[in-house]
Amino acid sequence: MTASPTELLVATAARLLDGCRSIVVGNASPIPGSAALLARELSGGAMRVTILGSRQYNDFTNGGVETFDRAAQGRVEAFFLGGGQIDGEANINLVGAGEYPRAEVRWPGSYGSAYLYYLVPKVILFRDEHTRRVMVPKVDFVSAPGTSAPGIYRPGGPWKMLTSRGLFGFDKRRKRFVLESVHPGHTVDDIVANTGFDFDRPASVPASAAPEPRVLELIRGKIRDQIAETYPKFAAGAAV
Amino acid sequence: MNETATRELESMAEAIADGTRLAVPSDSHGVAMAATRALVRRGVRDLHLLCVPTSGIQADVLIGAGGVAAIETSAVALGEHGAAPQFSAAVRAARVRILDATCPAIYAGLQAAQKGLPFMPLRGLIGSDLLTHRPDWKLIDNPFARGDPIVVLPAIRPDVALFHAPWADRDGNVFIGRSRELLTMAQAARASFVTVEEIRADDLLADPERAAGAIPAIYVTRIAVAKRGAWPLGLSGCYGADAAALARYAQAARTPAGFRAWLDSWLAAEIAPA
Repeated sequence: MTASPTELLVATAARLLDGCRSIVVGNASPIPGSAALLARELSGGAMRVTILGSRQYNDFTNGGVETFDRAAQGRVEAFFLGGGQIDGEANINLVGAGEYPRAEVRWPGSYGSAYLYYLVPKVILFRDEHTRRVMVPKVDFVSAPGTSAPGIYRPGGPWKMLTSRGLFGFDKRRKRFVLESVHPGHTVDDIVANTGFDFDRPASVPASAAPEPRVLELIRGKIRDQIAETYPKFAAGAAV
Repeated sequence: MNETATRELESMAEAIADGTRLAVPSDSHGVAMAATRALVRRGVRDLHLLCVPTSGIQADVLIGAGGVAAIETSAVALGEHGAAPQFSAAVRAARVRILDATCPAIYAGLQAAQKGLPFMPLRGLIGSDLLTHRPDWKLIDNPFARGDPIVVLPAIRPDVALFHAPWADRDGNVFIGRSRELLTMAQAARASFVTVEEIRADDLLADPERAAGAIPAIYVTRIAVAKRGAWPLGLSGCYGADAAALARYAQAARTPAGFRAWLDSWLAAEIAPA
């Protein structure tokens, strides 16, 4: 069995969550949601997963504010954030391309990013599209900054970035991404060519590990059924 | 829909004046779409729409129909059906004033109002362009610790909170289950207008198991019955979203003519399809 690109992303993201006790997944996030449910399954149910928008995978009893209160208390260990633009210092823009507010392209908005990016220890930037349109030298609008000056309360921040082409770490001190692995079918050169900023990389970058057959089976069966409750259109697609 | 119910909705829409600061919930927490249709029918103008903390088709339709002067939100999107085309176009053309926020900032402002406080502090935000573009948000020093700057946000006191819930009892207590943001909205707002699937001859507060999931009638100003009142969105515990209808909207709303045709047929329809 060969994993599809989406299946590889789900399996890779789930591996990043390994060992976490508590995860919340935000809106418009079918791949991160699938990854969290997969990680939960692989943890034997030890991991608590809440998927915003889900009725079944939801242990909140205090409304929408509970995501943010929980994060502020350090009870959310990992969270996925995206961005219409991401720059080399891990600043993210969910608002629009061009000059604010009359952007040439307007995106939905910042959601909880301007808060969660500061407070959740392991923020995973997830963006499927990895092109120079998305990976820009400098974002047009900072929904949330990648790093903060000393003295600013910031227990959390960017930890990894997962795209359709590869997996990066982030060095907060140097404010630079570090390429950790390249997905099958892609090359370091092709990542360089499609990234609008410089990033660090070891002399030899490994390939992203293919999902084990057992994991692939879960993604195609149990996890697809579980994510269908929140993302029916995504689950119905051939991708997962 | 019978005539009484239609009149109740019309009267509710009449009571939401032009220029109202109107708080509405996010897609999965009971969006009063039938009441929104009554609002658009009556030609509402100049709303200051407060999305708690995001919105979807409701904000998009109200904006497309020309009913919104300003929108304060953390995001507007059509869920799995993609971007909100009327919202995006109106922001680009500066036909609406946008106050970009982040989800917990909207909750924090409402919580300040809930407690009768003038403001609420909130972590995060420092270094974000959201803060740059919100002169009403201030940076202060934590008065209890040195060298700890923190943002404070003014209380948000909506004129009206408008939402849809499964049912109300004969005394006007409203069942919301675990959608507790509706309670926050109702307590923060000057008035709450609620549409429900039904009114039951029952007493929600008599049973502690249900009372914990209720909004007491003291916070509820008006109730109107609207069967399938969230359609084409869903209502937790009652019915799911109508994915085909939402997809049709997402497609139609991409062009002015498509939106206008969708709006005409939506406004002409008497009831939501069962």
